[in-house]
Amino acid sequence: MEMLMEYMKAFVVGGLICVVGQILLDRVKLTNGVIMVTFLIAGAVLTAIGLYQPLVEFAGAGATVPISGFGYALAKGAMDEVAASGIMGAFTGGIKATAAGITAAIVFGYLAAMFSNPKSKS
Amino acid sequence: MANMKQFKNEYQQIVDAHSPKNKVWANSMKAFLVGGIICTLGQGLVYLYMYWGLSFDESSMLSTITLILASMVCTAFNVYDNIGKFGGAGALIPITGFANSMVSSAMEYKKEGYIYGLGAKLFSIAGPVIVFGTIASVVVGIIYYFV
Repeated sequence: MEMLMEYMKAFVVGGLICVVGQILLDRVKLTNGVIMVTFLIAGAVLTAIGLYQPLVEFAGAGATVPISGFGYALAKGAMDEVAASGIMGAFTGGIKATAAGITAAIVFGYLAAMFSNPKSKS
Repeated sequence: MANMKQFKNEYQQIVDAHSPKNKVWANSMKAFLVGGIICTLGQGLVYLYMYWGLSFDESSMLSTITLILASMVCTAFNVYDNIGKFGGAGALIPITGFANSMVSSAMEYKKEGYIYGLGAKLFSIAGPVIVFGTIASVVVGIIYYFV
């Protein structure tokens, strides 16, 4: 029962973050790339001022799966690394914390694109 | 020229009159549904990996990787396109949308070769995301150091 509640929270928070994106897409006519970068930076800024961490604790994957969660991971990584090893941490922490995701995206992305063709041309 | 402008105005009025009024509302509902389902899936994967004995951090990381992989496979089979058409931002904002953007732009340019085609176009949308993400993380880290 408690687990069901966790799923509900992930669903609602993740869904709401996407609704914000949809409204920006429809009303402000931002392009896909601009939306992604906006959410990413919003996630990093909200993390820096301490607002995103509570959201992650509340909603779990509902806050980490959206691209703002990528910004959260980058900012949190940098902050944790600065706390642990000083100013150089600002240059290593972000990428270190997100290395697995970026590496997976590059390796799987390359392979997937290599073995597939766009629908219209096949 | 003034006539042209008037035509444009009239055209816009006709378009406004005939386009459905609640499009933003309907799109938002779809985005909520699709985005919510993808996030719930991510949550389920975290629990699955924790059930298999991994730590919370490992499970979160593996859940993200699984979503990326799943999205890329769906893109390769031209399935994610349809999810995107239905879900709009609900399919774009989750990390699966980021993964989708990499594969879909790379495969469009496969004809340009494995280095300048695939290798470069993999980053036509992911590139800006990683660039601004990296800059943001460094800025946040430096500010955090001095505060």
